[in-house]
Amino acid sequence: MTSAAPTATSAAPNEPAIRRLLRATEVDTRMIGMIAALAFIWIGFNFYTWVQSGEGIFLTPRNLWNLTVQTSSVAVMATGMVLVIVMRHIDLSVGSIIAFVANVAGVAQVYFLPQILGLDSPLIWIVAVLIALVVGAAIGAFQGSLIAYLGIPAFIVTLGGQLFWRGAAWWVTTGQTIAPLDERFTLIGGGAHGSIGALWSWALAALACVGIVFALYSGRQRRTRFRFPQRPMWAEFVIGIVGCFVAIGATAIVNAYPWPERVAAAYAKANNIPVPEGGLFIPTGYAIPVLIMLATGFVMTFIARRTRFGRYVYATGGNPEAAELAGVNTRKITVMVFALMGLLAAVAACIDSARLNSATNSLGTLDELYTIAAAVIGGTSLAGGVGTIYGAIIGAFVIQSLQSGMVLLGFDAAAQQMVVGAVLVGAVGIDTFYRRRTAKG
Amino acid sequence: MDANLQTPLVQMKDISLAFGGLKAIDDASIDLYPGEVVGLLGHNGAGKSCLIKVLSGAYKRDAGQIFINGQEATINNPRDAKSFGIETVYQALALADNVDAASNLYLGRELRTRWGTLDDASMEAEARKVMGRLNPNFRRFKEPVIALSGGQRQSVAIARAIHFNARILIMDEPTAALGPAETAQVGELIKQLKAEGIGIFLISHDIHDVFDLADRVTVMKNGQIVGSGRVTDMTKDEVLGMIILGKCPPGAIPGPGAMAS
Repeated sequence: MTSAAPTATSAAPNEPAIRRLLRATEVDTRMIGMIAALAFIWIGFNFYTWVQSGEGIFLTPRNLWNLTVQTSSVAVMATGMVLVIVMRHIDLSVGSIIAFVANVAGVAQVYFLPQILGLDSPLIWIVAVLIALVVGAAIGAFQGSLIAYLGIPAFIVTLGGQLFWRGAAWWVTTGQTIAPLDERFTLIGGGAHGSIGALWSWALAALACVGIVFALYSGRQRRTRFRFPQRPMWAEFVIGIVGCFVAIGATAIVNAYPWPERVAAAYAKANNIPVPEGGLFIPTGYAIPVLIMLATGFVMTFIARRTRFGRYVYATGGNPEAAELAGVNTRKITVMVFALMGLLAAVAACIDSARLNSATNSLGTLDELYTIAAAVIGGTSLAGGVGTIYGAIIGAFVIQSLQSGMVLLGFDAAAQQMVVGAVLVGAVGIDTFYRRRTAKG
Repeated sequence: MDANLQTPLVQMKDISLAFGGLKAIDDASIDLYPGEVVGLLGHNGAGKSCLIKVLSGAYKRDAGQIFINGQEATINNPRDAKSFGIETVYQALALADNVDAASNLYLGRELRTRWGTLDDASMEAEARKVMGRLNPNFRRFKEPVIALSGGQRQSVAIARAIHFNARILIMDEPTAALGPAETAQVGELIKQLKAEGIGIFLISHDIHDVFDLADRVTVMKNGQIVGSGRVTDMTKDEVLGMIILGKCPPGAIPGPGAMAS
């Protein structure tokens, strides 16, 4: 494919190869930095466990699969927190919203819905999820209205919300734990049955590869149509190949993780499948919460980049007065951002309670801080106006990797907290330094 | 051209605005005809910017009426003002620093594809066109506007004001951040827009600029109108007297703020 439009890069002869690659592919250098940090953590932990026990147990299909499942709930919320922070606000209430929403949805599916819809009705989990989403969004919208229309600072409103909804969660059940939950509902939390298996995982990988190629192709078409500068052809190939490699590699990893032996044996017995020598190998594939996380990441990126609402969120964060003068209804946008945050907290509530197969009063404790930390580690600026969805998801992986790695190494909870806290401050410190240096030239 | 025979494009009548006990604007009236440039002069804090922000919808007036083309207009926010074709170039430029030129140009009025998503490519293409007219040297379409120079930012702000078929343009100190060449460019632009029949309010503290570009001047002092008149009927010294002393010369129509003589 040749094009009349000029290429984006006029290759300077002495430019180092890596810098030329970054420039030609137009990849965000900060993203490269974050991925490098994540790779460093993974390899570091793997090496450490190898030194300790003679076997690297971090970079195993089992651990990586668990890591993705454990990350999903905070990652889902972090995508919303990015927009909240970009708007120069904060939401300290999401952890408590998780507890309240999970308890409401738990009570609904265990006590009320079976009476209305009939025991073991397939509608129970759908209605329970809908209730959760509506309640979460309503809480968010309510808090957002207090912030937007009464002018109460978001910090105060959501700090109050943190106490209020945690207390309200207790009130729903007077502190009882609700368990077990609806069987179909618990699939949202993952596990062997809450995963899609090898075939569908490969189908998804194929879809992802087709999507990457299509996106590159249509992007190039669009640039040609408007005569904008193009990426060089080789850079398009590099992006396409790396993207497909990641999709296929991730799928190979989750498919290399088999069902736990006992689950597989029970499955074999129920379906009259002969169990071969050394146990039945059933690939787990992508867990449903991970798919929810990926879908959320796509939808939120779409919202942030391609919709008017997203544009207004970023413009308001950059200069609230200018956005207001340009005719943006910044108050309405504020309410919508907090409603969206509440909705995502409800999604996280479903994932968390389904994974534990119970709704407890302490669900989501401290999650607001991990969510904020994920967004900030992912490059979101607390000054507002700057932040990316994929960055927040990578940030969530960084935090969860640290925690899960330290668990593997046998660090106690106190040490884990100290390390995560130090890493948060360190990451933001490095980022600030980097930004200041690039701003100078 | 006797503009007074036409219906005024804008007529602001007996406008008052107070912040707490401070009267920022006190019973001010001002008008503007099509194809006319009216200079609004006064010291810092005289109420020029406040009066203009009432027209652009940034402030809500306490009392008074606004007529656009002889019809009373309800202007409670910037969206209302834009619906009457009132566009403003603010002193502080009012750009969202973290997004690019095209996004700023279309902020609040984004072009969308048939699926309702942002049509960034079309917006950038349009931005390239309009900026090509205003400032042919402008190349940095992909960068956040914070990376641009003062003059480039100014051209983005002006492009935003004129791109949407403005009938009434308000320019608050449009040349304050600019060098001499860029100032001359803005002057040319004002003449061009005037020839297209757009009415322009030009707020400035530079009396020379105003005398070169404006047809009439209105002077404010302490929130009140001192007087207004054609630049051909007054000398610069007389206008300075209006600004400093509030003394209305014989060539001008005195307002409520004129010094009793």
